[in-house]
Amino acid sequence: MASLVGYQPEDEASHPPNAYPDYVSTRKRAPVHPPIRIAHTLSEITGPRLVRGASVLESLDLTRGSGGEALGERVIISGRVLDGNGRPIPNILLEIWQANAAGRYAHEEDRHDAPLDPHFSGAGCLLSDAQGRYRFVTIRPGAYPWANHYNAWRPSHIHFSVFGPGFASRLITQMYFPGDPLLALDPIFNSVSAPEARDRLIAAFDVETTIPERALGYRFDIVLRGRNATPMETSR
Amino acid sequence: MKFGPTPWQTVGPFFGPALVAPGLDVLADSHTRGQRIFIEGQVLDGDRSPVPDALIEIWQANAVGCYDHPEDPRQDKALDPAFHGFGRAGTDKSGCFRFATIKPGPVPGVDGGLQAPHINVSLFARGLLRRLTTRIYFPYEELNASDPVLKLLPEPRRASLIVKQVAKGRFRFDILLQGDDETVFLEI
Repeated sequence: MASLVGYQPEDEASHPPNAYPDYVSTRKRAPVHPPIRIAHTLSEITGPRLVRGASVLESLDLTRGSGGEALGERVIISGRVLDGNGRPIPNILLEIWQANAAGRYAHEEDRHDAPLDPHFSGAGCLLSDAQGRYRFVTIRPGAYPWANHYNAWRPSHIHFSVFGPGFASRLITQMYFPGDPLLALDPIFNSVSAPEARDRLIAAFDVETTIPERALGYRFDIVLRGRNATPMETSR
Repeated sequence: MKFGPTPWQTVGPFFGPALVAPGLDVLADSHTRGQRIFIEGQVLDGDRSPVPDALIEIWQANAVGCYDHPEDPRQDKALDPAFHGFGRAGTDKSGCFRFATIKPGPVPGVDGGLQAPHINVSLFARGLLRRLTTRIYFPYEELNASDPVLKLLPEPRRASLIVKQVAKGRFRFDILLQGDDETVFLEI
């Protein structure tokens, strides 16, 4: 017999429901049946580690694209990847993507009438270090309109895809900037009902990581689902 | 001290350049042990319209039921150096996806028994604020009758998790997001 440590149940008060009609695309996509809860086994506790063969760095600079510098306000995003007990999680793959300074994604389906930046792809990946820390340099993404409702605009945001230690600890989220007036109007941000949980989606301006004459620093810690305190038994 | 989790937010429609790359939907090569299979399917919404901007990830054990992960206690003897068990695919304009992999072996459960061979599935899309998770099972498996997850499901819905064999080594797994006959999703 071997011991496995399962994950705590998702903290439902911290997460959005999938069915949230104000975000119109959920109406035909969110399941109507409640999900069926299953016990954790090796299938949920294990998970992918190296998911990309490509070189993954511990630092990343998206502002130096092919042959030139990206346009826009340079920002440095840094933080830690933690578990629910505040312990750092090292060697976690973070994948990020975002619009450019004009609010346009380098994606063939983005039809927003705003310029592309040939020096900004807006996509990259990096690993957290031994203390769970990560850091990358990018430009502040612009707001952009979307078709959800009349005069709908997404607040500036950066997408994060995070692999925790197991299949159960996967997280995809969006990081926002403090003081953005569009946050109050955004159904995706407001799909998280608890204000204290929504606040965890907003980076904090950080003068400590701001580089003089160069770029503003923002801190964004990512907290993944916690583990149980006690192991469960399984056969081998 | 408790740290509140970072909330989920939707993957949105524009993840492709960051998350999808050629070859991520191929898990096995000629060195991989086990039966080579293809799993293909289509993601459909509540109107049965194709979902062309979904992201599907799979995570599975190797041919002898071992996961390539340090918390699987059988690492030394059962690992296959030519198989790591993770795949990712974006759906195409018709909502279709395809993985080339191997059939996994049975994996230990929590009750001392074995789980039937299965593949763990995550699905993300614009219009889904969180991940959906489900499992792919295989037809004609003796262990299906005693599998602890399949046993939880009422009979008419259980079929949504069992792939249909369309040819030798080719299996079909359609995902219906919403409706009376929607795919069973699991809370893990």
